[in-house]
Amino acid sequence: MNELDKYEPFVGEGVLRELRLLGEHLAGKRVLNINSTRVGGGVAEILNRLVPLLNEVGLDSRWEVIHGTEDFFVLTKNLHNALHGKPYTFTAIDQETFNLTTRQNLERLNLDADVLFIHDPQPAGLIKARETRTGSGWIWRCHIDVSAPAPGAWEFIAPIVERYDMSVFSAPQFARPLVMPQVLIAPSIDPLSDKNRELSQSEIENILRRLGITSDKPMVTQVSRFDRLKDPAGVLAAWKMARQRVDCQLILAGGGATDDPEGAQVLKEIREAAGSDPDVHILDLPPTSNVEINAIQRASTVIIQKSLKEGFGLTVSEALWKGKPVIAGAVGGIPLQVTHRYSGILVHTVEGTAFWIKQLLSAPEFANKLGQNGREHVRNNFLLTRHMRDYMLAFLYLSHPSENVIQL
Amino acid sequence: MSTLARAAVPFEFRSSLNMTLLTGRRARDLAELLEHLRVVPGAVIYHHTHRFLVQHQFLSPEPPNDFAYWVTNDLLEEVLGEELASIDVLRFSTLRELREALIRTIENFIERTGNLRAAPPGQEFHFMQSVSFVLPTGQRASDLRTFHEILGKVSLDSIAYHMFDARLRLEQGDNDFSKWFQDALGESKLADAFRRVDPYTHTAEGLRRRLLGLVEQRLKELQA
Repeated sequence: MNELDKYEPFVGEGVLRELRLLGEHLAGKRVLNINSTRVGGGVAEILNRLVPLLNEVGLDSRWEVIHGTEDFFVLTKNLHNALHGKPYTFTAIDQETFNLTTRQNLERLNLDADVLFIHDPQPAGLIKARETRTGSGWIWRCHIDVSAPAPGAWEFIAPIVERYDMSVFSAPQFARPLVMPQVLIAPSIDPLSDKNRELSQSEIENILRRLGITSDKPMVTQVSRFDRLKDPAGVLAAWKMARQRVDCQLILAGGGATDDPEGAQVLKEIREAAGSDPDVHILDLPPTSNVEINAIQRASTVIIQKSLKEGFGLTVSEALWKGKPVIAGAVGGIPLQVTHRYSGILVHTVEGTAFWIKQLLSAPEFANKLGQNGREHVRNNFLLTRHMRDYMLAFLYLSHPSENVIQL
Repeated sequence: MSTLARAAVPFEFRSSLNMTLLTGRRARDLAELLEHLRVVPGAVIYHHTHRFLVQHQFLSPEPPNDFAYWVTNDLLEEVLGEELASIDVLRFSTLRELREALIRTIENFIERTGNLRAAPPGQEFHFMQSVSFVLPTGQRASDLRTFHEILGKVSLDSIAYHMFDARLRLEQGDNDFSKWFQDALGESKLADAFRRVDPYTHTAEGLRRRLLGLVEQRLKELQA
């Protein structure tokens, strides 16, 4: 069985047929993906799956990573944070560091391709190759929230990204005033991955036992890094309010406390705020805990994602895919995943979160309906196959700029 | 098995795959919404009145258009939200007419009430545009039974293309299925039954079931 066929139980035969047809229209197209790391992070995770799938439908797709010095990656980390709004002053030395790494990679990499698909700011400077080679389409794929950058941050990359033929963003509010077409392509989850595959009841129970959780009370869960922007304190406060009326336990599962000093501080504060309440389970999990996260989500009654700021918030799609009712902050890409009262609940306050925890625990039929609707919404919009389709459409659009209805 | 009428011209199932372009246009209140509505390309109107149908295949019927959803949930203007939701898209044969109806409804509301409440920061309306890639699926039907078989298997995008795009976006005035029933099979009753289905009141899977049911009924009649 080839890899694409494994998705048929989730999306049906028609969707796979369309992917193969699109592949025929792009047969032999050389697509080169470039990002900055082979491991870790959502981009690498997606490329690992998508590159072989694109080849399976007939494209000639490959994936390269740029190499850089430590200075370069410190700079791009600062750039990443500044694009998210954290103040940073860019210097002439920064500019030179960026240019130097770009030049070294231009010499090292074979950029022979029909489509150059460049992910995030780190390798964006490779567009310089266009000065000497023509005939390729250049796409800049921005995976981060650039809606409210710190002063100077967007200006640092704008002269580079403005030279691309097309840009791709994950949510509508991330769009920038750019002259080139800006395409909306949301990220996706892989239904075959450890984090999302079906688990047997006994697998779930074994994992919960190992984590010290009993499922004798309804589980209200947030899965997130221990980060203030995910508002774990707000979740705890909301749960305390709700459980005065409905008996339930709270699971806060996440990581990021070992390599991030701020994460460790947030974890410490939340442990103090929870005290010794036996109904609160705070789990600091290693980054490889995919199957554990899967089991926790599947065992939960209600899942919260009360973010105050969010890139896309794929944990929402993960929860919906498991048919769970979700209560989530209306920020970043979350409103694309949750339509209020249809496929989940959107909230803005601690009180609102508490109110909806009570409602959903007390009205399981309504909660179940939200979860089922959410699962269908994810099936149609946030699975890997849709992501693959959108990438192929973007490649095709390079040859049909400014047309609205394109007959293939 | 009885012999079914065979069409000289088979029905070719096509599918329309949509890509979403971001326009960078956003509205905070009704005045800004109107301002953009007047000038955006038809592909933007199409996106916000049909996106729900293909993207949100809920088990319950979904909010019919993005404008109504935003006005109700973000501006909290329930009356206007209801008015926008109840615009009967089937009445219009062009996107231009649909755009005018949306504009008129909002203008009337502003005249009546003067309400120009702003959405909270972060909840602005973002205008987007659909680019459609029309793709022959390679599936062809020459008689009703084969048609029924394929209709049960094609993607929901394909059904949406023949029911929505053909009529409104390509301005053919009729859905593709009815046109073929009538012209190629002489099945004008079935053609009419398809025309009467309001695709905007079904979930996408529900719409498929409803259309399959109509064909099944006709197949039974033919076999009787």
